[in-house]
Amino acid sequence: MTQHSVILEGVSKSFTLHLRDGLRIGVVDNVSFAVSPGECVVLGGPSGAGKSSILKMIYGNYRCEAGRILVRDGEDLVDVATAEPRRVLALRASVMGYVSQFLRVIPRVSTLDIVAGAAQSDGVGECEAWSRAERLLTLLNVPERLWSLPPATFSGGEQQRVNIARGLAAERPVLLLDEPTASLDAANRAVVVRLIEEKKAAGAAVIGIFHDEDVRDRVADRIVDVTRFATEKAA
Amino acid sequence: MTPDDLPLLSARALTKHYGPRLGCADVTFDLYEGEVLAVVGESGSGKSTLLSLLATELDPTAGSVGYRMRDGVTRNLFTLSEAERRFLLRTDWGFVRQDARDGLRMGVSAGGNVGERLMAVGARHYGKIRDTASDWLGRVEIDPSRIDDMPKSFSGGMRQRLQIARNLVTHPRLVFMDEPTSGLDVSVQARLLDLIRGLVSELGLAVIIVTHDLAVARLLSHRIMVMRQGRVIETGLTDQVLDDPREAYTQLLVSSVLAA
Repeated sequence: MTQHSVILEGVSKSFTLHLRDGLRIGVVDNVSFAVSPGECVVLGGPSGAGKSSILKMIYGNYRCEAGRILVRDGEDLVDVATAEPRRVLALRASVMGYVSQFLRVIPRVSTLDIVAGAAQSDGVGECEAWSRAERLLTLLNVPERLWSLPPATFSGGEQQRVNIARGLAAERPVLLLDEPTASLDAANRAVVVRLIEEKKAAGAAVIGIFHDEDVRDRVADRIVDVTRFATEKAA
Repeated sequence: MTPDDLPLLSARALTKHYGPRLGCADVTFDLYEGEVLAVVGESGSGKSTLLSLLATELDPTAGSVGYRMRDGVTRNLFTLSEAERRFLLRTDWGFVRQDARDGLRMGVSAGGNVGERLMAVGARHYGKIRDTASDWLGRVEIDPSRIDDMPKSFSGGMRQRLQIARNLVTHPRLVFMDEPTSGLDVSVQARLLDLIRGLVSELGLAVIIVTHDLAVARLLSHRIMVMRQGRVIETGLTDQVLDDPREAYTQLLVSSVLAA
């Protein structure tokens, strides 16, 4: 049996809205599953079931109230739920990649530099970083005339593809994908599927959310139905 | 343990009373090399008092701040001699002020403002000092042909960039920033933030930045401390605190930001 890359044990999440008289909204309860290297687990369930919240907890973007979220970093298993901020940042810098459908635009940085910069976080040289960036942008049909521009003025679809290129430029043993293919056309969806398959073949553990059934069926090794972790909604 | 595992700066139970009034109370945290910590809160939350304490501009009522000197020895800042503190401030630290007039010598040329810090660390060769100053003006996007101009003739954004050059020329390890972008036009702010972001990651600086602007905190910092009424009420990864705030006050701060 292989060693798991990501293990969730009894993970729970709720939000307490102090500005709404302390209203408590349960999201998920007792989430448990594990993902092996080279495996793609797709989180299933309707909108609002807590799929994104689970991904965000694994990335350390949302707090985890109960349970453990173990992420493998070489020989170490790091519990993101309790790790120091700098340990989580170190995981993000070398272990976990996160791709959403939204690009947080940084003013004045060119598209090519954004993607190459992400590749360089692996410690690869500038040449390798640039060639990876060029390959990804080409595959994702981002026109070359746009590469030297910051993506702030790009269309939503172009920004989304730049974001995917950035998210996949570095080699990460754990990839978290939050609907990266939402609103992409069929050709670009197929490119993303191919890139995910490459990552799996390279040994990445992938946890994703895909509403598109076609994409889901092609990349998923297993579907974890999030509705079975449902909590009582607001008490 | 390697030096990387040791904090650069450790504040312990740092407290300041101004007579009966509380400045800040019981602030404890560690800062590591290359880390950017944002201290956020509204006016009167104690964030500026905290920054002044850390920079040894104020003496605490209680508590200590340990700082790992370049020789690797961690010293309590409040037991250093005045000369040792001054040396730290001129060499190993930078302090970027909200109002550039407090951080620059307004009667000295742009080149002189940058060169002065170099001379403080022993540079004596005029030509080299001028070359370095000119290089740094370029790095903060000030046309080096303005090296002999007075900061008075500079715009607000240029003055802030000049302050940054003056502070970074000695390759400090730790830079304090007090609302460095407030009071600037939005477009000027964006350029300055981008410049700071680039320099901080390129130079691997540790930064403690005080700001009331959550967007500034999100763009620049790794970690965040939320202060209210002199106390730290919430702390964590910047995106975690901003996207999943736990405390009522933090939730109020985050929800009060207008989305553009």
